[in-house]
Amino acid sequence: MFDKLDQIFVTVLHWLVSFVPEGLRPVVSAMLCIAFVMAVFPGVFAITTVLERKILGRIQNRYGPNRVGIPFTKIRLCGFGQFIPDGIKSLTKEDIVPRAADKVVHFLAPVVMLMPVLLAYAVLPFGRNMTITDYDAGLLFFFAVGGAVEVSVFMAGWSSRNKYSLLGAMRAIAQMVSYEIPLILSAVTVVMVVGSLNLSEIVKHQNNYTFGIAHWHVFTPWGLVGFALFFIASLAESNRTPFDLPEAESEIIAGYFTEYSGFKFALFFLGEYLGMFAIIGLGITLFLGGWTSPVSFLTWIPSYVWFLSKLMAIVFVFIWIRGTLPRLRMDQLMNFAWKFMLPLALINILVAGIWHYMAADWPRWLVCSAIIFGAYAILGRGLMQNQNFSKRIYRYAE
Amino acid sequence: MSPFFVITGIVTLLGAAFAMSLRNLVHCALAMAVAFSGIAALYLQLDAQFVGFAEILVYVGAIAILIVFAILLTRSGEAPEKSVLTSGWMAGIAVSAMVFTMLGWAVLNSSAIPKETPPAPVATVKNVGDALMTKFVLPLEIIGLVLTAAMIGAVIIALKEESKNENPGRKS
Repeated sequence: MFDKLDQIFVTVLHWLVSFVPEGLRPVVSAMLCIAFVMAVFPGVFAITTVLERKILGRIQNRYGPNRVGIPFTKIRLCGFGQFIPDGIKSLTKEDIVPRAADKVVHFLAPVVMLMPVLLAYAVLPFGRNMTITDYDAGLLFFFAVGGAVEVSVFMAGWSSRNKYSLLGAMRAIAQMVSYEIPLILSAVTVVMVVGSLNLSEIVKHQNNYTFGIAHWHVFTPWGLVGFALFFIASLAESNRTPFDLPEAESEIIAGYFTEYSGFKFALFFLGEYLGMFAIIGLGITLFLGGWTSPVSFLTWIPSYVWFLSKLMAIVFVFIWIRGTLPRLRMDQLMNFAWKFMLPLALINILVAGIWHYMAADWPRWLVCSAIIFGAYAILGRGLMQNQNFSKRIYRYAE
Repeated sequence: MSPFFVITGIVTLLGAAFAMSLRNLVHCALAMAVAFSGIAALYLQLDAQFVGFAEILVYVGAIAILIVFAILLTRSGEAPEKSVLTSGWMAGIAVSAMVFTMLGWAVLNSSAIPKETPPAPVATVKNVGDALMTKFVLPLEIIGLVLTAAMIGAVIIALKEESKNENPGRKS
């Protein structure tokens, strides 16, 4: 019975496809998969916007949205209807295009932003047998389409003919290019150990249990470091606090989408959140066991429920970090990426190699942990050198 | 020829044509990114996943951005007033037509054409990786060394020259 529940989406898909003639089946199947992604993840986005405002409100000791419910009734839904008026508002707002803007590029930028982000969902395994296109090189596909986002950010920033937009785009691209390297290098460890770029294979490799605990990669020394690096880099890739310099309100208004209004702004917003979910989904797949359950006695819970709950848990951590940490400075951002994360990611690759070739016994735990801890301590000290944490002098505000 | 091949081919050619003929250099760079994506789609239709994804990753994700940055940092984004065609464009077309005819003639008369097409080899990403790590490990290492040297050179060029009369301290 639980097996049937686990495979319900796959069964429904096969059932629906069986109605159409033989020749059209691949196309209809692809369309239904696209419809699934387009229905589920923007839905998660809608919930997340409200959730984020409510959690930030809780952190900042205020209520957050709590009014919108079902019209003409007393039902308030704790404010979770807020995204519907928000969406209607962004649809009905005037679409302003600056006079000096490059009209075509300005129009295309939000579309170019959303397209690669949606493409990235094609390779993520949402559940058992629930990968839309099971590419042999799924991981490579994910990073390849992710690279196209930078083009859209540049298009948005350049075409607006606004200094804040251009500054935001420059910051965003510099940040994305820098943090993509630790991101990819931390994912390389998983590829080395599993021996495959296929994301379903990577999940399958983690779907074993010893003493009732799953073989998730995060439970190994290299996996823990890899996950930490991946997590930080994915915060930076999705422009979230403390790496939200590209859209720092107090410095450059809204960064590269300053000159966007109405639904184009909503598309950027959507693209940013969908990109965040996609990269979290990849992190879950690589390190947190994808759709598998952490303990063997909970394997009866459907796989997609595990995936979505892990996704929402990490989204909650992202919001928590946003409510807690201040924004980094540009030089701190770059120093952190190039002087700390990159060397640690390289050492982590070495550790993954040692882990792969040593016998599966306690010495490899000891050796790998020792190398990682030593590297962490030395690199951390190196990063702290030449930093004088004295009283800050405000040059222009005295 | 499948319709997908025709569509991606047309998109690639249009992108390449616009990359040559548009006035604004940034538009040209973006059109070139379109052409690169079209080429990647063509590779994917030929079942060459690794090459296709690498094409997007390297050309669209890195080279297009690099070109755009180079344009932005070296000149203002204004479009030039005069026509993009130089005065000798007739001669250019003639030369390129001749080159095309020559290459086409050479290809059509080559000894490789009459041979029977061998069955397509199964080139999975795993095969590519295995080949890179065993048969072609020396070229791979040499390329890695050359790239490292280039990177160190770039860092040395970009290093700030320490001048004596600069006011020490006052680091932000």
